[in-house]
Amino acid sequence: MHAENEVHFRDAAAKALLDPQLRANFRRAMDGLITKRKAQFPDPRDLQDLRDLSTAIRSRSLLCLPELLEQLEASCARNGIKVHWAETCEQANQLILGILQAKGAKTLVKGKSMVSEEMHLNAFLESKGIEALESDLGEYIIQLDGETPSHIIMPAIHKNKDQIARQFSQKIKDAKYTEDVDELTAMARKVLRQKFLDADAGLSGVNFAVAETGTLCLVENEGNGRMSTHVPPLHIAVMGLEKVVARLEDVAPLYAILTRSATGQAVSTYFNLITGPRGAGEKDGPQEVHLVILDNGRSRIYADPQLRATLRCIRCGACMNHCPVYTRVGGHAYEAIYPGPIGKILTPQMEGVGVRHDLIHGSSLCGACGEVCPVEIPIPEILVRLRREATHDDMASTVAGKATGRTATEDWAWRLWAGVTKRPALYRVATWFATRFGKALPANAPLIKNWTQSRTKPVPARRSLSERMRAEGASHE
Amino acid sequence: MSSPNSSAADSRSAILGRLRAAGDSGPLPALDTAVLERRQWSAAERVTRLRKGMEAVHTEFIEATPADWPAVIRAFCEREGLRNLLYGPTSEAGSALAAAWAPGGPQLKPYDRPVEDFKQELFGDIDAGFTGTVGGVAETGGLLLMPGPAEPRLMSLVPPVHIALLRASTIQDSFWSAVKALGWGRALPPNALMISGPSKTADIEQTLAYGVHGPKRLIVVLVDDLK
Ligand code: SF4
Repeated sequence: MHAENEVHFRDAAAKALLDPQLRANFRRAMDGLITKRKAQFPDPRDLQDLRDLSTAIRSRSLLCLPELLEQLEASCARNGIKVHWAETCEQANQLILGILQAKGAKTLVKGKSMVSEEMHLNAFLESKGIEALESDLGEYIIQLDGETPSHIIMPAIHKNKDQIARQFSQKIKDAKYTEDVDELTAMARKVLRQKFLDADAGLSGVNFAVAETGTLCLVENEGNGRMSTHVPPLHIAVMGLEKVVARLEDVAPLYAILTRSATGQAVSTYFNLITGPRGAGEKDGPQEVHLVILDNGRSRIYADPQLRATLRCIRCGACMNHCPVYTRVGGHAYEAIYPGPIGKILTPQMEGVGVRHDLIHGSSLCGACGEVCPVEIPIPEILVRLRREATHDDMASTVAGKATGRTATEDWAWRLWAGVTKRPALYRVATWFATRFGKALPANAPLIKNWTQSRTKPVPARRSLSERMRAEGASHE
Repeated sequence: MSSPNSSAADSRSAILGRLRAAGDSGPLPALDTAVLERRQWSAAERVTRLRKGMEAVHTEFIEATPADWPAVIRAFCEREGLRNLLYGPTSEAGSALAAAWAPGGPQLKPYDRPVEDFKQELFGDIDAGFTGTVGGVAETGGLLLMPGPAEPRLMSLVPPVHIALLRASTIQDSFWSAVKALGWGRALPPNALMISGPSKTADIEQTLAYGVHGPKRLIVVLVDDLK
């Protein structure tokens, strides 16, 4: 089964590499983000201290995760927010459908939420006759084209102005063709304002949930998150179960490092703290607020002490911005909800290492992602671990699909290697042949071809080490 | 088949059960908050820093004194040709503004009904919204707002211009110190927020555009009450 899946990333990446426009769009955007982030951390000591503190806060939260989730639930209940739990995406979708149907809601405006992408919520709701409209400009742009986000912070980063201009002029009623960014933005504003006004319900993600106060924190620049959560009479928030922190004070450093790492901003336009539905005497705000907490494999990841670090992620996207692979192939090549380095470790953990075997190999292991991650997730180490899990079943771990990523060729090659190295006579014969004739092997021979496509062919030494030792002795070690 | 309710309860206990079974994997790491405590400035410097941070993201400032700020706001509305200004009649800042507002010219409109009776007008006919603030953040630039019955949430979001009153003495060093000073960590109203500038996006080719959904302009009326 894995055989048909494993080539996805390789093929999609190869295709993406042939698209100069796509490469230019990503290159420009990522270079800009790297520069802006760097400018936000002029003092290396401050940066390291802030990273250490943020890592410690996220680790602490995970250590007490079950207690914090219970506390969050109790605090939310006290504030009038209703909490729901979902083990799977299907369950979460059904829960949301139920909440919407109970209120007779037919239209939903959405703030940006990666968890709802994980759930394929829009398609699900549409199949049930409920319109789910993305209101973040980037999300709106790609929704118009029936696409998925190619970056977790900037979903439409793969498109340029001309492409968006063309698309708006075709898909928005009465729109004229313009490449002026202000005019394009104004067009979207007009359409979406009406939608906010009319919508029966709003949906948002959650950046941090505070257990002690029962507060949902939302970070954004556009105001569509505030519109979606404040204007309609019903607000539904969805979050992965790892998003909880103990106290509001914990949020301050996480927020500071999130906006700086993500887009190189010291602060976002809005930092919105939602602690309940419309209170007594309030004239606006939703009458009902619901929080859906999703597992979808997270509790399995949680059970492994090394893999648990994955759940520290605050979804800043810095790892993708700094990844040489992501920058060249773009987000869609991964064919995964979460692209880039974090996606490479998260997706196989959620879906099984065999199924997304291709992703864990789509990395140069240069270490840039681990170095830049504000909460110090050892992404390269976890990748190496998952690569092993994909081909071996000799570790006690909760990773799904262990050893299913082993290909017949690999299997054969390692068996051959083992067979030869275990027999000294055979080994000597083999190295004799390799040293004498290895050079003559054509660069496009099967197996070697994959390597030589973008690298020079390795040439074996003229004599093997043991031959030289025999000839020269080991007198001067 | 179980009913939706019982299956939701099952999910809850199954999830928590799995998390609990994973057990603790070590001692709680200590939190070293020194990096947050390094931020300490004089009141005057806090003003400068806040301004610098917010101006960098397109916020406009108007200076005023504790006595003349209503007149300063009035002059601004006239200068900009604003037809009306939405305010909270029972809020401290709102009632002070109304008390000083001379008849004629830009009209003060009270936000005194539930939004359901007011939505079309709010979205279509209001030129600007006026709110107070409960503080500011020097380190990054930002206003702290606590919407509520006296100052509804949408006043700072729906009108194309948001005018906010900020007293210099209420500016804190950082968001972290503000959370402590305001006691937000213990209890929060249904909504509280920090705003640093007008609504913006960079979703089209990384080009900044303002007013994508919320206000196109954020005007801070900075009241110098430090003397
Ligand atoms: S893994 Fe680290 S760098 Fe990547 S999105 Fe998560 S927090 Fe950001």
